[in-house]
Amino acid sequence: MSTGTRLLSLHGISKEFYGNVVLEDISFDLDRGQIIGLVGENGAGKTTLMRILFGMPVIAETGGFNGTIELDGQPVAFKTPFDALDAGIGMVHQEFSLIPGFSTTENIALNRESLKPNFACDIFGKRMSVLDRVTMRERAVKAIHTLGVKLDPDMLVSEMPVGHKQFTEIAREIDRKNVKLLVLDEPTAVLTETEAEVLLSSMRALAAQGISIIFISHRLHEITKVADKIVVLRDGKIVKDVPVAGVSVQDIAAWMVGRDVKTKAAHLSVCKDSVYLNVEHLWVDMPGETVRDVSFQVMEGEIFGIGGLAGQGKLGIANGVMGLFPAGGQVTVGGQDVTLNNPHAALNSDIAFVSEDRRGVGLLLDESLEWNIAFTAMQAKRQHLIPVLGGLFSVRDEKSMKALALEYIESLEIRCTGPRQRAKELSGGNQQKICLAKAFALKPKLLFVSEPTRGIDVGAKAIVLETLRAYNRDYGMTIVMISSELEELRSICHRVAIVDEGKIAGILPPTADVAQFGLLMSGLGAGKNGDAA
Amino acid sequence: MSSIKTFITDFGWPRIIIALFLLSLFVAAPIVGVDLGASIGDVLNRFGQNAIMVLALVPMVQSGCGLNFGLPIGILAGLLGSTITMQLGLTGLTGLLVAILITIVFGVIFGYLYGKLLNNVKGEEMTIAMYVGFSAVMLFSILWLVLPFNKADLVMGYAGEGLRRSIALEDYWGKLLNNFGQFSIGGTPIPTGLLLFVGLCVFFVYVFMRTRTGTAMTAVGSNPDFARASGVSVERMRTVSTVVSTVLGGIGILAYQQSFGWVQVYDAPLFMAFPAVSALLIGGASVTKASMVNVVLGTFLFQGILTMTPSVINNVLKNELSEVIRIIVTNGMIIYALTRKTKVAK
Repeated sequence: MSTGTRLLSLHGISKEFYGNVVLEDISFDLDRGQIIGLVGENGAGKTTLMRILFGMPVIAETGGFNGTIELDGQPVAFKTPFDALDAGIGMVHQEFSLIPGFSTTENIALNRESLKPNFACDIFGKRMSVLDRVTMRERAVKAIHTLGVKLDPDMLVSEMPVGHKQFTEIAREIDRKNVKLLVLDEPTAVLTETEAEVLLSSMRALAAQGISIIFISHRLHEITKVADKIVVLRDGKIVKDVPVAGVSVQDIAAWMVGRDVKTKAAHLSVCKDSVYLNVEHLWVDMPGETVRDVSFQVMEGEIFGIGGLAGQGKLGIANGVMGLFPAGGQVTVGGQDVTLNNPHAALNSDIAFVSEDRRGVGLLLDESLEWNIAFTAMQAKRQHLIPVLGGLFSVRDEKSMKALALEYIESLEIRCTGPRQRAKELSGGNQQKICLAKAFALKPKLLFVSEPTRGIDVGAKAIVLETLRAYNRDYGMTIVMISSELEELRSICHRVAIVDEGKIAGILPPTADVAQFGLLMSGLGAGKNGDAA
Repeated sequence: MSSIKTFITDFGWPRIIIALFLLSLFVAAPIVGVDLGASIGDVLNRFGQNAIMVLALVPMVQSGCGLNFGLPIGILAGLLGSTITMQLGLTGLTGLLVAILITIVFGVIFGYLYGKLLNNVKGEEMTIAMYVGFSAVMLFSILWLVLPFNKADLVMGYAGEGLRRSIALEDYWGKLLNNFGQFSIGGTPIPTGLLLFVGLCVFFVYVFMRTRTGTAMTAVGSNPDFARASGVSVERMRTVSTVVSTVLGGIGILAYQQSFGWVQVYDAPLFMAFPAVSALLIGGASVTKASMVNVVLGTFLFQGILTMTPSVINNVLKNELSEVIRIIVTNGMIIYALTRKTKVAK
C-alpha cells in the first residue's frame, strides 16, 4: 500500500532515436509501496523509458535523453545498470537471465554470495574465501518466503517449469538488501493463469513491505487487479495517469490504442465444401514441438485454428508442412501433393508461412523493409526482377520492390520512416506486420500463420486479426492459424483443433464451451473422433 | 556541424585518418624530393594489380562465409592458368584469354570443393579457410616440381624439370593490359587497359550481386534461416559464392602478373590474402557486409600507403621503416575489423 512518501519522480523525460521521437515529456511520480501499472502498445515507448530509468548503455550511445529523474528526492542519472542496482532499483526482464545448471539458491545469490573466510584469505585476500551455503540457503528461503510462493531452493533451474524461473528471477531482485523499486517487464507473459495469480498476490505482499513496483503487462485485467495507479503511454506520450479504482479493462484498451477496440468477432465468411488442405499421418521432428501423427482437413476458404499447450506440437505442424524441419506423411493442397522437406516446393504450391520465430526466421533484421517484404516473392515466384540481355539473367527491380513495400506499409499501417528503414528498428507489432506483408506478397492460396499475435499489443493484435479476416473474406484465402491464445482462435476461426502430445486431440466449433477445449488440452478429451464439426 | 558529424560516423574514423595520412604523404613527396607524377602512376598501377583480388572477397563476405583467407586457392587456379598457357606456347592477347579460360575452369573446380568443405565448418570459416589456403599452397609447391612442365624458359635451368621460382612474362603477355591505351598526364602514366579491366570486373560483380542469385546470397549472409524459409538453398548459395570468389581470385592474380611482369610460384601465394583482406576492411567493409565502394576505396588507400611510404619515409628517415609500417597497417586493420563485427561504413 502507498505510504504517501515519494520514491521516484520523472520530469519531462524525452528521447529520440535516429531523429525519431520515441518519448516526449514523460512525467509521473511513484510513492513508496505503490504499484504502477505501465501500459501501452508495442512501440509506445515503455521499454525505452525503463532503459532510461535503468541506465542502459544503449541510451547514452544513442545520444542520451532529456529530463530529470529523482529518486528519494535526489536527482539521479545512472550511467550503467550497476549504478541503478546500487541505488536500489531491481529489474526483471521478459527473457530469463538465469544459469540453467545452477540451483535456485545459487541463482538468487549469484554474484552476491555469502562467503566464509579461510586461512588462504589471509595470504591471498578475500577472493579465496569459500561459499557459505547455509547462509545462502537461508537468504534464498527468506526471499522466497517474502514472495509468498512455493519454490524448492535446491532445484536446478533447468528442471523448473517456466513459472518457477520467473519467481526465481524476482526472488533474486528482492534478495538485494536495499531494494526500493522493482521493475517487472511482462512478468506474467510466460505464466499460466494460476501462476500469474500467485505472482500478483506476491506483488501485493511486496508492496505492503514498502517496495514500489512498476508493472508492465499486456494483460490488462492483471493491471486493474493489482496496480494502485495506471500510466498509459501512447506514441511516446502519457495519455492517462489515473488511480486504478473504477477503471475498466475496456477503458484502458481504448486509451492505449486511442480508438475503440472491437472485442467481438465480425461474422465469419462462408467457406466452400471442397477440401483444400489434406494432411494425413504427418510427423515432424521439430525440437520441443514434436508432431507424432496428425491428420486433418481444411476446407477451401476456411480459417482453421490449431491450439494447444506449448510443447505439444502445434507449432511443428506448420514448420513441417513448409519443409523447415524433417517431416513425413502425406500433405495435399488443392489436390496436388506437397513435397515435404523442401521449402521451395512448399512455396511453389501457393502456400505461405508466417513464422512464430519473428526475429529468427521471419525477418532480415539488418536489411531494409523493401528487401524483407519482396525477397520471398523474388526467390520463390521470380517477381520484382528485370530481365537483362533477353532473359539471360535478371537483376532485381528496386522500383517495383519499393512500390510493393509502400503498398503494404499503407494497407497494414506499418509505422516506419520509410521502405528503406531497417527491420530491426521497428517495434514488435510492426515487425509482425512486415512478416504478414511478406507472406501476402506471395499471393498465397493457403496461409499458415504461427502465433501471429505473440508479444504484440492490443491495437496491433486487432489490426493483424482484422487483416487476416479481410484476406480470407475478400480473396478467399484459406488460413491455418496456430496460436496459444484460445480466445483469439475462437474469435476468428471456423473450426479449432487442439493438439496434445503431437496428435490432434479433437476439433471443435468456436462456439463450443471453453471447458471442452480445456479438457482436450489436458488430454482428457472424451472421444478422439477427429472431425467433430 | 551535425552534418560533418554524420559524415564522420558514416565514413568512419579509421578511413579518415588513413586518407589524411595518404594525403600528407602526397603533400610531403615533392618536398623531400620524390617525383610526384611517378608516384601517382605507381599508386594507380598497384591499385590495378590488386583490386580484383580485393573484389574477389566480396561474394563470400556477402554470403556469410566471412573474409576469404583461402584466397590462395583461387590464386593457385590462376597460376595453373598462366603456366599451362605458357607451356602451350601461347602469347599476346590469345595467351591471356586462354589463361583466363583455364583459370576459370580450375577456379570452378577448386571453388566447388572448397565451398563444400566450408559448408561443413559453418561459423569457423575464416580460421579453416586460412589453413586450407596454406595447405593448398604447400601441396602445389610439390606439384610445381613434379608436373610435366618442360618448356625451357619455365623450368629450372640446371635440372631441366620443375618450375622456376619466378618466370618472366615479357615474351608472353607481360604489361599487355598496362600498355593498352596507355597515356601520360604531366609525367603520370595512366595504365588505361588495366584500369578498364578492373572496372569491367567490378561492374560484373556489381551486377552479379543484384541478380536473383546475388540477392539470395546477401540474404543468406544476413539471416540463413530467413533465406531457407524463402526457398533458398543456403548451402548452394554459399558454394556459389565460394566458386565466384575463387575464380575472381585467379583472374586477380593474372592481372597482377601481367602488370608485375613475372609469374611467381611455390610459396609466393601464401600471404596474398592478407593485403587483400586488409584493403577491403580499410575500405569500410565488415566481416558480414562489403560493397563495391569498399573495394575501390580500400584498395586505393591501402596501395597508396604501401607505395608512398617507402619513397617518402625512407627519403626522410633514411632507413627501412616502410616495411614495418606496411605490416602494422595490414595486420592492424584486420584485427580492428574482426573486433567490430556489425557496424558497416557506407
